[in-house]
Amino acid sequence: MLELKNITKKFGSRTILNKLNLTILDQEILAIVGPSGAGKTTLLRCLSGLEKVDSGQFLWNNQEFDPTEPSKDNQITGVVFQSYELFPNLTIIDNITLAPRLVLKEDNSQALQTAKQLLHDLDLTGKEELYPYQLSGGQKQRVAIARALAMKPQILCYDEPTSALDPALRAKVGEIILQLKNNNKMTQIIVTHDMDFAHQVADQIFTVKALDFKKVD
Amino acid sequence: MNYIISIMPSLLSGAKMTLILFLWTLIISIPLGIIVSLGLISHFKIIRAILKFYIWIMRGTPLLLQLIFIFYGLPIIGIIFQRYNAALFAFILNYTAYFAEIFRGGFQSVPGGQYESAHVLQLTKWQTLRHIIIPQVSKIVIPSIGNEVINLVKDTSLVYVIGLGELLRAGNVATARDVTLVPLVLVGIIYLLMTGIASFILKKIEHSYSKWK
Repeated sequence: MLELKNITKKFGSRTILNKLNLTILDQEILAIVGPSGAGKTTLLRCLSGLEKVDSGQFLWNNQEFDPTEPSKDNQITGVVFQSYELFPNLTIIDNITLAPRLVLKEDNSQALQTAKQLLHDLDLTGKEELYPYQLSGGQKQRVAIARALAMKPQILCYDEPTSALDPALRAKVGEIILQLKNNNKMTQIIVTHDMDFAHQVADQIFTVKALDFKKVD
Repeated sequence: MNYIISIMPSLLSGAKMTLILFLWTLIISIPLGIIVSLGLISHFKIIRAILKFYIWIMRGTPLLLQLIFIFYGLPIIGIIFQRYNAALFAFILNYTAYFAEIFRGGFQSVPGGQYESAHVLQLTKWQTLRHIIIPQVSKIVIPSIGNEVINLVKDTSLVYVIGLGELLRAGNVATARDVTLVPLVLVGIIYLLMTGIASFILKKIEHSYSKWK
């Protein structure tokens, strides 16, 4: 179970998140929705350690943790970025195995085996030796999912997963998210402005409201 | 033909000096250029200001002036270089500035998301640089570095002015002595060979980066 308590995040004097509280149960899919600029992505970035919060606590199974200082033994979050951010200079298989080899110190065969299984589960068999530019948008996204999963996170976070996809692919990523919930028992957080998608896949929907901030020039 | 054979040793020994200057300048300036470029994109204002000033001077004044300044100028205030050291020093200072600007552009054109995705995968700064950023920067900068490398081959002829026995000087001496164009034509051919080989190697390197985009 992940709990966020009184999370406050400011950029300068602009308050983006104000004393936000949120609980996500294991194996649950949470969709974070809200208008543009309300801080959905900021919340995700705080949770994944890309931004430091100004105050508040993150608790994983009642233990406080600092997302900006992750430990390799207990990776809480994995992230699938809106633009996927695959490494263009590495093949698909290297994209997936790089961090497990360097960070988790997995040996080559172990990392390869995990990666191949993930590629198989995500319908990407045969793409191992290709480079990211040779894949379609939907395929790149699935590689990004595989890359995040290879680090064995507790929670997988998606930033706007449907924004660049056509309707068929949108349905497919929805299926994958549900498949990860049912087969991999994965807890997932989806930041999206796509309300239909949120209703389709999420167990819980959390709305971030835009704060009335004072803008300082 | 006999004449060509007779002047070849002096031309080749000149070409050897040219090559030595060329190689040492590259070997030292490229890593220094990377370090300076990291300084240029660092958060330390003072370092950035100093480096920008240095680059402005190096790119804003002629390399010929820099050579003359170091070899003939600095002794006036008591700093004396040997000819070869003066030449190498001037080239390294000058080329480091150009390489630094090229690498700065390279580093800045890698999207921020690449650093972020490496960060959430818990790669260290060094692992991120080594496996993700430097390969991408290399691909971006190779064409521009290639231009500078070709320029460097030709710029080495400037050390003529401080009396260092390089290729152009060897050719000029022979032409003046023997009143014939042949040595200068040969000098031209040797430069073409050197720039040709450099271009060929650069093309090969560029090609090895073309398998990904």
